[in-house]
Amino acid sequence: MYPADLKYTKDHEWIRATADTADVGITDYAQQQLGDVVFVELPQVGRVLAQGEVFGTIESVKAVSELFSPVAGEVVAVNDALTSAPEQVNSDPHGAWIIRVRPSNPSDLDSLLDAAAYTQHVG
Amino acid sequence: MTHSQPPLKQTPLHATHLGHKARMVPFGGWDMPVEYSGITDEHMAVRTRAGLFDVSHMGEIEIAGADALAAVQKFSSNDASRLAVGQIHYSALTTPQGTFVDDLLVYRMADDHFLLVVNASNIEKDYAWIRSQVEEFADAPAVNNSQRYALLALQGPLAAEVLQTLTAVDLAAIKYYWFENGEIAGVRGMISRTGYTGEDGFEVFVPPAQAPHVWQAILQAGASAGVVPAGLGARDTLRLEASMRLFGNDMDETTTVLEAGLGWIVGWKKETFNGADVLRAQKAGGVERTLVGLEMIDRAIARHGYPVIVDGQAVGTVTSGTQTPFLKKAIAMAYVPTAVAQPDRQVHVEVRGRLAAARIVPMPFYKRPRS
Repeated sequence: MYPADLKYTKDHEWIRATADTADVGITDYAQQQLGDVVFVELPQVGRVLAQGEVFGTIESVKAVSELFSPVAGEVVAVNDALTSAPEQVNSDPHGAWIIRVRPSNPSDLDSLLDAAAYTQHVG
Repeated sequence: MTHSQPPLKQTPLHATHLGHKARMVPFGGWDMPVEYSGITDEHMAVRTRAGLFDVSHMGEIEIAGADALAAVQKFSSNDASRLAVGQIHYSALTTPQGTFVDDLLVYRMADDHFLLVVNASNIEKDYAWIRSQVEEFADAPAVNNSQRYALLALQGPLAAEVLQTLTAVDLAAIKYYWFENGEIAGVRGMISRTGYTGEDGFEVFVPPAQAPHVWQAILQAGASAGVVPAGLGARDTLRLEASMRLFGNDMDETTTVLEAGLGWIVGWKKETFNGADVLRAQKAGGVERTLVGLEMIDRAIARHGYPVIVDGQAVGTVTSGTQTPFLKKAIAMAYVPTAVAQPDRQVHVEVRGRLAAARIVPMPFYKRPRS
Protein backbone atom coordinates (compact mmCIF):
# COMPACT_ATOMS: atom_id res chain seq x y z
CA MET A 1 0.00 0.00 0.00
CA TYR A 2 2.58 2.57 1.12
CA PRO A 3 5.71 2.33 -1.04
CA ALA A 4 8.86 1.38 0.84
CA ASP A 5 11.03 3.90 -1.05
CA LEU A 6 9.10 6.81 0.47
CA LYS A 7 9.31 8.47 3.88
CA TYR A 8 6.20 9.83 5.54
CA THR A 9 5.11 12.52 7.97
CA LYS A 10 2.43 12.26 10.61
CA ASP A 11 0.65 15.03 8.68
CA HIS A 12 0.29 12.64 5.72
CA GLU A 13 2.88 13.97 3.30
CA TRP A 14 5.35 11.68 1.61
CA ILE A 15 8.87 12.46 0.32
CA ARG A 16 10.86 10.56 -2.27
CA ALA A 17 14.54 11.44 -2.06
CA THR A 18 16.95 11.07 -4.98
CA ALA A 19 20.59 12.18 -5.21
CA ASP A 20 20.19 15.84 -4.28
CA THR A 21 16.51 16.62 -4.61
CA ALA A 22 13.33 15.12 -3.24
CA ASP A 23 9.69 15.08 -4.39
CA VAL A 24 6.89 15.76 -1.94
CA GLY A 25 3.25 14.74 -2.19
CA ILE A 26 0.36 13.65 -0.02
CA THR A 27 -0.41 10.07 0.91
CA ASP A 28 -3.18 7.80 -0.21
CA TYR A 29 -4.69 8.14 3.25
CA ALA A 30 -4.68 11.93 2.94
CA GLN A 31 -6.37 11.95 -0.46
CA GLN A 32 -8.99 9.53 0.81
CA GLN A 33 -9.72 11.79 3.76
CA LEU A 34 -9.93 14.86 1.55
CA GLY A 35 -12.09 13.36 -1.15
CA ASP A 36 -12.19 14.88 -4.63
CA VAL A 37 -9.27 17.32 -4.90
CA VAL A 38 -10.14 20.43 -6.92
CA PHE A 39 -7.27 22.86 -6.25
CA VAL A 40 -3.64 22.59 -5.33
CA GLU A 41 -2.07 25.91 -4.39
CA LEU A 42 1.64 25.74 -5.23
CA PRO A 43 4.52 27.81 -3.79
CA GLN A 44 6.96 29.95 -5.78
CA VAL A 45 10.02 28.16 -7.09
CA GLY A 46 13.02 29.38 -5.09
CA ARG A 47 11.16 29.61 -1.82
CA VAL A 48 13.15 28.32 1.13
CA LEU A 49 11.18 26.18 3.57
CA ALA A 50 11.83 25.13 7.13
CA GLN A 51 10.97 21.57 8.12
CA GLY A 52 7.25 21.47 8.87
CA GLU A 53 6.57 24.83 7.21
CA VAL A 54 3.33 25.31 5.30
CA PHE A 55 4.16 25.44 1.59
CA GLY A 56 0.70 25.38 0.08
CA THR A 57 -2.87 24.29 0.43
CA ILE A 58 -4.93 21.59 -1.12
CA GLU A 59 -8.67 21.86 -1.49
CA SER A 60 -11.24 19.22 -2.06
CA VAL A 61 -14.92 19.76 -2.68
CA LYS A 62 -15.52 19.58 1.03
CA ALA A 63 -12.39 20.83 2.80
CA VAL A 64 -9.19 22.86 2.78
CA SER A 65 -5.97 21.35 4.07
CA GLU A 66 -2.49 22.81 4.53
CA LEU A 67 0.60 21.18 3.12
CA PHE A 68 3.68 20.89 5.35
CA SER A 69 7.20 20.39 4.07
CA PRO A 70 8.68 17.15 5.42
CA VAL A 71 12.20 18.64 5.25
CA ALA A 72 13.97 21.98 5.22
CA GLY A 73 15.13 23.09 1.80
CA GLU A 74 14.62 25.16 -1.30
CA VAL A 75 11.73 24.60 -3.70
CA VAL A 76 13.42 23.85 -7.04
CA ALA A 77 10.29 22.87 -9.01
CA VAL A 78 6.53 22.67 -8.67
CA ASN A 79 4.21 20.26 -10.46
CA ASP A 80 2.27 22.68 -12.67
CA ALA A 81 0.26 19.80 -14.13
CA LEU A 82 -1.74 19.78 -10.90
CA THR A 83 -3.12 23.22 -11.73
CA SER A 84 -5.15 21.84 -14.60
CA ALA A 85 -5.49 18.27 -13.35
CA PRO A 86 -5.64 18.33 -9.54
CA GLU A 87 -7.51 15.02 -9.55
CA GLN A 88 -4.16 13.29 -10.17
CA VAL A 89 -3.67 13.62 -6.42
CA ASN A 90 -6.64 11.28 -5.98
CA SER A 91 -5.90 8.88 -8.82
CA ASP A 92 -2.16 8.51 -8.23
CA PRO A 93 -1.33 9.96 -4.80
CA HIS A 94 2.17 8.47 -4.53
CA GLY A 95 3.03 9.47 -8.09
CA ALA A 96 1.57 12.97 -8.16
CA TRP A 97 4.38 15.00 -6.66
CA ILE A 98 3.53 18.55 -5.63
CA ILE A 99 6.91 20.20 -5.04
CA ARG A 100 10.52 19.22 -5.60
CA VAL A 101 12.90 20.45 -2.91
CA ARG A 102 16.66 20.47 -2.45
CA PRO A 103 16.98 19.42 1.20
CA SER A 104 19.35 21.62 3.17
CA ASN A 105 19.67 19.16 5.98
CA PRO A 106 19.61 15.54 4.79
CA SER A 107 19.27 14.28 8.35
CA ASP A 108 15.73 15.69 8.33
CA LEU A 109 14.81 12.56 6.41
CA ASP A 110 15.87 10.38 9.33
CA SER A 111 13.21 11.95 11.52
CA LEU A 112 10.41 10.74 9.23
CA LEU A 113 8.34 7.58 9.32
CA ASP A 114 9.06 4.60 7.11
CA ALA A 115 6.25 2.77 5.33
CA ALA A 116 5.66 0.33 8.17
CA ALA A 117 5.55 3.06 10.82
CA TYR A 118 3.24 5.17 8.66
CA THR A 119 0.93 2.24 8.02
CA GLN A 120 0.69 1.81 11.78
CA HIS A 121 0.12 5.57 12.20
CA VAL A 122 -2.93 5.61 9.92
CA GLY A 123 -4.16 2.18 10.95
CA MET B 1 -9.70 15.82 30.24
CA THR B 2 -12.69 14.37 28.46
CA HIS B 3 -15.99 15.93 27.63
CA SER B 4 -19.00 13.71 27.66
CA GLN B 5 -21.02 14.30 24.55
CA PRO B 6 -24.43 12.86 23.84
CA PRO B 7 -24.12 9.84 21.57
CA LEU B 8 -24.83 10.52 17.92
CA LYS B 9 -28.28 9.53 16.79
CA GLN B 10 -28.65 6.92 14.09
CA THR B 11 -31.24 6.71 11.34
CA PRO B 12 -32.98 3.38 10.64
CA LEU B 13 -30.57 3.02 7.70
CA HIS B 14 -27.38 3.34 9.74
CA ALA B 15 -26.37 -0.30 9.37
CA THR B 16 -27.20 -0.10 5.66
CA HIS B 17 -24.78 2.81 5.23
CA LEU B 18 -22.04 0.92 7.03
CA GLY B 19 -22.76 -2.01 4.71
CA HIS B 20 -22.21 0.31 1.74
CA LYS B 21 -18.89 1.37 3.35
CA ALA B 22 -20.05 4.98 3.50
CA ARG B 23 -17.80 7.55 5.13
CA MET B 24 -19.79 8.57 8.20
CA VAL B 25 -19.61 12.01 9.86
CA PRO B 26 -21.42 13.73 12.72
CA PHE B 27 -24.07 16.06 11.31
CA GLY B 28 -26.58 17.95 13.44
CA GLY B 29 -26.29 15.34 16.19
CA TRP B 30 -26.60 12.40 13.79
CA ASP B 31 -24.05 9.92 12.48
CA MET B 32 -24.66 10.38 8.75
CA PRO B 33 -23.11 9.20 5.46
CA VAL B 34 -21.18 12.07 3.84
CA GLU B 35 -20.12 10.03 0.80
CA TYR B 36 -20.08 6.54 -0.63
CA SER B 37 -18.21 6.49 -3.96
CA GLY B 38 -17.19 10.17 -3.78
CA ILE B 39 -18.96 13.52 -3.85
CA THR B 40 -18.26 14.19 -7.53
CA ASP B 41 -19.44 10.73 -8.64
CA GLU B 42 -22.61 10.98 -6.61
CA HIS B 43 -23.29 14.55 -7.71
CA MET B 44 -22.95 13.58 -11.37
CA ALA B 45 -25.12 10.51 -10.86
CA VAL B 46 -27.94 12.71 -9.54
CA ARG B 47 -27.60 15.19 -12.42
CA THR B 48 -27.47 12.53 -15.11
CA ARG B 49 -29.24 9.43 -13.68
CA ALA B 50 -30.47 9.33 -10.08
CA GLY B 51 -29.17 9.13 -6.53
CA LEU B 52 -30.78 7.83 -3.36
CA PHE B 53 -30.37 9.82 -0.14
CA ASP B 54 -31.23 8.90 3.43
CA VAL B 55 -32.76 12.04 4.92
CA SER B 56 -34.41 10.32 7.85
CA HIS B 57 -32.62 12.72 10.18
CA MET B 58 -35.02 15.47 9.08
CA GLY B 59 -37.77 16.23 11.60
CA GLU B 60 -41.53 15.80 11.20
CA ILE B 61 -43.81 17.87 13.38
CA GLU B 62 -47.56 17.49 12.97
CA ILE B 63 -50.42 19.76 13.89
CA ALA B 64 -54.00 18.54 13.64
CA GLY B 65 -57.08 20.22 15.04
CA ALA B 66 -59.73 22.77 14.34
CA ASP B 67 -57.24 25.63 14.85
CA ALA B 68 -54.35 24.02 12.97
CA LEU B 69 -54.59 26.31 9.97
CA ALA B 70 -54.75 29.44 12.11
CA ALA B 71 -51.70 28.25 14.05
CA VAL B 72 -49.65 27.47 10.94
CA GLN B 73 -50.66 30.84 9.48
CA LYS B 74 -49.18 32.55 12.52
CA PHE B 75 -45.77 30.85 12.79
CA SER B 76 -45.09 30.09 9.12
CA SER B 77 -44.39 32.91 6.67
CA ASN B 78 -46.07 31.39 3.61
CA ASP B 79 -49.85 31.37 3.18
CA ALA B 80 -51.03 27.88 4.13
CA SER B 81 -54.64 28.72 3.27
CA ARG B 82 -53.56 28.51 -0.36
CA LEU B 83 -52.51 24.87 0.02
CA ALA B 84 -54.93 22.24 -1.21
CA VAL B 85 -55.01 18.91 0.60
CA GLY B 86 -52.13 16.95 -0.97
CA GLN B 87 -50.10 20.06 -1.71
CA ILE B 88 -46.81 21.25 -0.20
CA HIS B 89 -44.97 24.52 0.01
CA TYR B 90 -41.65 25.87 1.17
CA SER B 91 -41.83 28.33 4.05
CA ALA B 92 -40.01 29.84 7.01
CA LEU B 93 -40.63 29.59 10.73
CA THR B 94 -40.20 33.27 11.46
CA THR B 95 -39.30 35.18 14.58
CA PRO B 96 -41.11 38.46 15.38
CA GLN B 97 -38.09 40.12 13.69
CA GLY B 98 -38.83 38.40 10.38
CA THR B 99 -35.72 36.21 10.73
CA PHE B 100 -35.48 32.44 10.57
CA VAL B 101 -36.08 30.03 13.40
CA ASP B 102 -35.77 27.51 10.56
CA ASP B 103 -36.92 26.87 7.02
CA LEU B 104 -39.39 24.06 6.41
CA LEU B 105 -41.78 22.29 4.08
CA VAL B 106 -45.47 22.44 4.95
CA TYR B 107 -47.57 19.47 3.81
CA ARG B 108 -51.36 19.82 3.94
CA MET B 109 -52.47 16.32 4.94
CA ALA B 110 -56.14 17.30 5.46
CA ASP B 111 -58.07 20.52 5.89
CA ASP B 112 -57.07 20.70 9.54
CA HIS B 113 -53.89 18.58 9.55
CA PHE B 114 -50.41 19.80 8.58
CA LEU B 115 -47.07 18.02 8.54
CA LEU B 116 -43.97 20.18 8.86
CA VAL B 117 -40.60 18.86 7.69
CA VAL B 118 -37.80 20.68 9.51
CA ASN B 119 -34.00 20.55 9.66
CA ALA B 120 -32.45 17.74 11.69
CA SER B 121 -30.35 19.97 13.91
CA ASN B 122 -33.38 22.15 14.72
CA ILE B 123 -36.01 19.56 15.61
CA GLU B 124 -36.06 20.24 19.36
CA LYS B 125 -35.73 24.01 18.93
CA ASP B 126 -38.49 24.14 16.33
CA TYR B 127 -40.78 21.91 18.35
CA ALA B 128 -40.37 24.08 21.45
CA TRP B 129 -40.87 27.21 19.34
CA ILE B 130 -44.00 25.87 17.65
CA ARG B 131 -45.50 24.76 20.96
CA SER B 132 -44.91 28.24 22.37
CA GLN B 133 -46.64 29.71 19.32
CA VAL B 134 -49.71 27.46 19.38
CA GLU B 135 -50.52 27.97 23.07
CA GLU B 136 -53.05 30.67 22.22
CA PHE B 137 -55.06 28.26 20.09
CA ALA B 138 -57.67 26.05 21.72
CA ASP B 139 -57.31 23.15 19.28
CA ALA B 140 -53.93 23.03 17.55
CA PRO B 141 -51.83 20.41 19.34
CA ALA B 142 -48.31 20.04 17.95
CA VAL B 143 -46.64 16.63 18.09
CA ASN B 144 -43.04 15.77 17.27
CA ASN B 145 -43.47 12.66 15.14
CA SER B 146 -39.89 12.54 13.85
CA GLN B 147 -39.44 9.01 15.22
CA ARG B 148 -42.40 7.75 13.22
CA TYR B 149 -40.97 8.52 9.80
CA ALA B 150 -37.99 7.43 7.79
CA LEU B 151 -37.41 9.66 4.78
CA LEU B 152 -35.69 8.61 1.55
CA ALA B 153 -35.05 10.96 -1.36
CA LEU B 154 -34.64 9.60 -4.89
CA GLN B 155 -33.42 12.47 -7.07
CA GLY B 156 -32.46 12.74 -10.71
CA PRO B 157 -33.84 12.57 -14.24
CA LEU B 158 -34.50 8.81 -13.95
CA ALA B 159 -36.14 9.02 -10.50
CA ALA B 160 -39.72 8.76 -11.76
CA GLU B 161 -38.98 5.85 -14.09
CA VAL B 162 -37.18 3.88 -11.38
CA LEU B 163 -39.65 4.55 -8.59
CA GLN B 164 -42.62 3.75 -10.82
CA THR B 165 -41.51 0.11 -10.95
CA LEU B 166 -42.10 -0.11 -7.19
CA THR B 167 -45.49 1.54 -6.78
CA ALA B 168 -49.00 1.50 -8.21
CA VAL B 169 -49.31 5.23 -7.55
CA ASP B 170 -49.27 7.06 -10.88
CA LEU B 171 -46.16 9.16 -10.37
CA ALA B 172 -46.65 11.12 -13.58
CA ALA B 173 -49.86 12.44 -12.05
CA ILE B 174 -48.05 13.87 -9.00
CA LYS B 175 -47.22 17.49 -9.75
CA TYR B 176 -44.17 19.29 -8.41
CA TYR B 177 -44.72 19.96 -4.69
CA TRP B 178 -47.67 17.60 -4.32
CA PHE B 179 -47.84 14.22 -2.58
CA GLU B 180 -49.82 10.97 -2.63
CA ASN B 181 -50.30 8.14 -0.19
CA GLY B 182 -49.61 4.63 -1.41
CA GLU B 183 -47.39 1.58 -1.27
CA ILE B 184 -43.74 1.65 -2.23
CA ALA B 185 -42.13 -1.79 -2.56
CA GLY B 186 -45.08 -3.19 -0.62
CA VAL B 187 -44.73 -0.70 2.25
CA ARG B 188 -47.45 1.81 3.12
CA GLY B 189 -46.09 5.31 2.86
CA MET B 190 -46.29 8.72 1.29
CA ILE B 191 -44.60 9.95 -1.89
CA SER B 192 -43.96 13.65 -2.50
CA ARG B 193 -42.53 15.24 -5.62
CA THR B 194 -40.00 17.34 -3.75
CA GLY B 195 -36.27 17.48 -3.27
CA TYR B 196 -33.18 19.51 -2.52
CA THR B 197 -31.03 18.92 -5.57
CA GLY B 198 -32.55 20.92 -8.42
CA GLU B 199 -33.55 17.69 -10.18
CA ASP B 200 -36.87 16.00 -10.59
CA GLY B 201 -37.34 13.57 -7.76
CA PHE B 202 -39.36 12.16 -4.94
CA GLU B 203 -39.20 11.99 -1.19
CA VAL B 204 -40.66 8.86 0.30
CA PHE B 205 -41.95 8.66 3.88
CA VAL B 206 -42.07 5.13 5.30
CA PRO B 207 -42.15 3.55 8.76
CA PRO B 208 -38.59 3.30 10.15
CA ALA B 209 -38.69 -0.49 10.47
CA GLN B 210 -39.35 -0.86 6.73
CA ALA B 211 -36.83 1.75 5.60
CA PRO B 212 -33.96 -0.69 4.88
CA HIS B 213 -36.28 -2.83 2.73
CA VAL B 214 -37.46 0.19 0.72
CA TRP B 215 -33.89 1.48 0.37
CA GLN B 216 -32.68 -1.85 -1.03
CA ALA B 217 -35.71 -2.16 -3.30
CA ILE B 218 -35.05 1.27 -4.84
CA LEU B 219 -31.36 0.56 -5.34
CA GLN B 220 -32.15 -2.82 -6.92
CA ALA B 221 -34.81 -1.33 -9.15
CA GLY B 222 -32.38 1.39 -10.21
CA ALA B 223 -29.23 -0.71 -10.52
CA SER B 224 -29.38 -1.09 -14.29
CA ALA B 225 -30.20 2.62 -14.66
CA GLY B 226 -27.12 3.55 -12.63
CA VAL B 227 -28.86 4.71 -9.45
CA VAL B 228 -26.35 5.03 -6.60
CA PRO B 229 -26.56 5.89 -2.91
CA ALA B 230 -25.62 9.52 -2.34
CA GLY B 231 -24.47 11.26 0.83
CA LEU B 232 -24.63 14.62 2.52
CA GLY B 233 -21.57 15.86 0.62
CA ALA B 234 -23.29 15.59 -2.76
CA ARG B 235 -26.52 16.84 -1.24
CA ASP B 236 -24.67 20.04 -0.32
CA THR B 237 -22.99 20.59 -3.69
CA LEU B 238 -26.24 19.80 -5.53
CA ARG B 239 -28.38 22.15 -3.47
CA LEU B 240 -25.78 24.89 -3.84
CA GLU B 241 -25.73 24.58 -7.65
CA ALA B 242 -29.52 24.83 -7.51
CA SER B 243 -29.17 27.88 -5.18
CA MET B 244 -31.24 26.29 -2.45
CA ARG B 245 -30.48 27.86 0.91
CA LEU B 246 -29.12 25.89 3.84
CA PHE B 247 -30.24 26.98 7.29
CA GLY B 248 -27.23 27.78 9.46
CA ASN B 249 -25.15 28.73 6.41
CA ASP B 250 -27.24 30.93 4.16
CA MET B 251 -29.79 32.13 6.67
CA ASP B 252 -30.43 31.98 10.39
CA GLU B 253 -31.94 33.93 13.26
CA THR B 254 -29.98 37.06 12.22
CA THR B 255 -31.15 37.21 8.60
CA THR B 256 -34.64 38.08 7.43
CA VAL B 257 -36.66 36.21 4.86
CA LEU B 258 -36.31 39.12 2.43
CA GLU B 259 -32.57 39.48 2.93
CA ALA B 260 -32.29 35.80 2.04
CA GLY B 261 -34.05 36.56 -1.24
CA LEU B 262 -37.09 34.50 -0.30
CA GLY B 263 -39.87 37.07 -0.62
CA TRP B 264 -41.81 34.44 -2.58
CA ILE B 265 -42.36 32.39 0.60
CA VAL B 266 -44.08 35.29 2.35
CA GLY B 267 -47.88 35.33 2.35
CA TRP B 268 -48.26 39.07 1.84
CA LYS B 269 -52.05 38.76 1.67
CA LYS B 270 -52.27 37.20 5.11
CA GLU B 271 -53.57 39.52 7.83
CA THR B 272 -50.57 38.86 10.01
CA PHE B 273 -47.87 36.34 10.98
CA ASN B 274 -44.69 36.40 13.03
CA GLY B 275 -42.42 39.12 11.69
CA ALA B 276 -45.00 40.54 9.27
CA ASP B 277 -44.38 44.13 10.37
CA VAL B 278 -40.63 43.93 9.82
CA LEU B 279 -40.96 42.16 6.48
CA ARG B 280 -43.60 44.60 5.20
CA ALA B 281 -41.37 47.52 6.15
CA GLN B 282 -38.43 45.87 4.38
CA LYS B 283 -40.56 45.20 1.33
CA ALA B 284 -41.63 48.84 1.19
CA GLY B 285 -38.25 50.38 1.99
CA GLY B 286 -35.88 47.80 0.57
CA VAL B 287 -33.31 45.66 2.35
CA GLU B 288 -29.84 46.89 3.20
CA ARG B 289 -28.15 43.63 2.34
CA THR B 290 -29.09 40.71 0.19
CA LEU B 291 -27.97 37.21 -0.69
CA VAL B 292 -26.26 37.04 -4.07
CA GLY B 293 -24.63 34.41 -6.23
CA LEU B 294 -20.88 34.62 -6.87
CA GLU B 295 -18.84 32.95 -9.54
CA MET B 296 -15.11 32.93 -8.90
CA ILE B 297 -12.91 34.49 -11.57
CA ASP B 298 -9.60 33.61 -9.90
CA ARG B 299 -8.86 29.98 -9.08
CA ALA B 300 -10.07 29.70 -5.52
CA ILE B 301 -12.99 28.39 -3.55
CA ALA B 302 -14.92 30.87 -1.41
CA ARG B 303 -16.15 29.13 1.71
CA HIS B 304 -18.56 29.87 4.55
CA GLY B 305 -17.41 32.86 6.58
CA TYR B 306 -14.89 34.29 4.10
CA PRO B 307 -15.14 38.11 3.78
CA VAL B 308 -16.40 39.79 0.60
CA ILE B 309 -14.23 42.79 -0.24
CA VAL B 310 -15.22 45.87 -2.25
CA ASP B 311 -12.81 48.81 -2.61
CA GLY B 312 -10.57 47.35 0.06
CA GLN B 313 -13.39 47.12 2.60
CA ALA B 314 -14.99 43.97 3.96
CA VAL B 315 -18.63 44.56 3.12
CA GLY B 316 -20.11 41.09 3.30
CA THR B 317 -19.67 37.42 4.01
CA VAL B 318 -19.73 34.21 2.03
CA THR B 319 -22.41 31.85 3.34
CA SER B 320 -21.79 28.73 1.20
CA GLY B 321 -19.29 27.94 -1.50
CA THR B 322 -17.84 25.04 -3.40
CA GLN B 323 -16.30 23.86 -6.63
CA THR B 324 -19.31 22.44 -8.44
CA PRO B 325 -18.86 19.05 -10.04
CA PHE B 326 -21.46 19.61 -12.77
CA LEU B 327 -20.89 23.26 -13.76
CA LYS B 328 -17.17 22.88 -13.07
CA LYS B 329 -16.90 26.37 -11.60
CA ALA B 330 -16.29 27.68 -8.13
CA ILE B 331 -19.54 29.24 -6.96
CA ALA B 332 -20.76 30.75 -3.72
CA MET B 333 -23.58 32.59 -2.05
CA ALA B 334 -22.82 35.71 -0.01
CA TYR B 335 -24.52 38.56 1.75
CA VAL B 336 -23.53 41.94 0.31
CA PRO B 337 -24.93 45.47 0.63
CA THR B 338 -27.86 45.90 -1.76
CA ALA B 339 -25.98 48.70 -3.54
CA VAL B 340 -23.27 46.21 -4.52
CA ALA B 341 -25.69 43.50 -5.66
CA GLN B 342 -25.58 44.18 -9.38
CA PRO B 343 -25.17 41.42 -11.97
CA ASP B 344 -21.63 41.15 -13.37
CA ARG B 345 -20.20 43.45 -10.73
CA GLN B 346 -16.71 42.35 -9.75
CA VAL B 347 -15.89 41.87 -6.07
CA HIS B 348 -13.15 40.05 -4.20
CA VAL B 349 -13.29 37.28 -1.67
CA GLU B 350 -10.59 37.04 0.95
CA VAL B 351 -9.41 33.45 0.71
CA ARG B 352 -7.05 32.74 3.59
CA GLY B 353 -5.41 36.15 3.40
CA ARG B 354 -5.39 36.40 -0.39
CA LEU B 355 -7.84 38.37 -2.52
CA ALA B 356 -9.58 36.31 -5.19
CA ALA B 357 -11.70 38.00 -7.83
CA ALA B 358 -15.34 36.98 -8.24
CA ARG B 359 -18.34 38.29 -10.10
CA ILE B 360 -21.94 38.58 -9.02
CA VAL B 361 -24.17 36.30 -11.09
CA PRO B 362 -27.89 35.56 -11.11
CA MET B 363 -29.16 32.56 -9.20
CA PRO B 364 -29.89 29.72 -9.61
CA PHE B 365 -26.46 28.73 -10.87
CA TYR B 366 -27.98 25.57 -12.31
CA LYS B 367 -31.47 25.01 -13.64
CA ARG B 368 -32.39 21.61 -14.97
CA PRO B 369 -33.48 21.45 -18.57
CA ARG B 370 -37.22 20.89 -18.83
CA SER B 371 -38.73 19.11 -21.77
